[in-house]
Amino acid sequence: MKFAIMVNEGVYQHQATDSAYQFAKAAIEKGHEVPRIFFYHDGVYNASRLTEPPADDRNIVSRWQKLAKEHNIDMVVCIAAAMRRGIKEENLAENFRISGLGQLVEAGIQADRLVVFGD
Amino acid sequence: MGEEMTEATGGIDFEDEDASGVIKKFMFVNRKAPYGTIYALEALEVVLISAAFDQDVSLAFLDDGVYQLVKGQHTKAIDVKNFSPTYRALEGYDIEKLYVEKESLEQRGLTEADLLVDVEVMSSADIAKMMAEQDVVISF
Repeated sequence: MKFAIMVNEGVYQHQATDSAYQFAKAAIEKGHEVPRIFFYHDGVYNASRLTEPPADDRNIVSRWQKLAKEHNIDMVVCIAAAMRRGIKEENLAENFRISGLGQLVEAGIQADRLVVFGD
Repeated sequence: MGEEMTEATGGIDFEDEDASGVIKKFMFVNRKAPYGTIYALEALEVVLISAAFDQDVSLAFLDDGVYQLVKGQHTKAIDVKNFSPTYRALEGYDIEKLYVEKESLEQRGLTEADLLVDVEVMSSADIAKMMAEQDVVISF
């Protein structure tokens, strides 16, 4: 099955991004596909390459990057939400790309399921 | 890894498929007050974009989300844009299915007459049934 995922909360503040990651990882391990993950609202902070968590904590941003690289996941950050919050090409982590909300709707159309993580 | 790595920007399986002609039932579920958090405003941005994809779009308003449709919003004092007129513009985008949960209205002392657009007021059970029929439910 193809799962598209939407992440609506920021890093560390909220469990949503961790849950989304665990879900994506588990789905892939079970043989499903995750073609696209869309980051919206404060979820755009998942794509900041300036993030520096303490060394004894999980690194949410690099964890996404690794998953995307290994499984060819298209990680899309909403441009309007990103601009509001100061996420731009210049501080965008690798393996993420900035694009429009159409990518979310498209993911909803093309995936078998769209799973939303947020408040 | 020996395999050729496509850039994340390349898009994956999605780009190979022709999405044209596929019409899915999209429901946007609005559960939060219009101000205080940005969820309602950014939800509306998604709704407007979805209109361009010729999908079967509906909106449901429940919990504090019913406040999004209340008439006479004045936001000057909190220096936030009053985006409530946009709900009236939805009709122009062919988005006409607006469902409001009856219980949420009642719990807040509101009636259909307090709302700024034409809606269909439905029981919680009927909204649940409607949700179960959707292909895509995005909850804000």
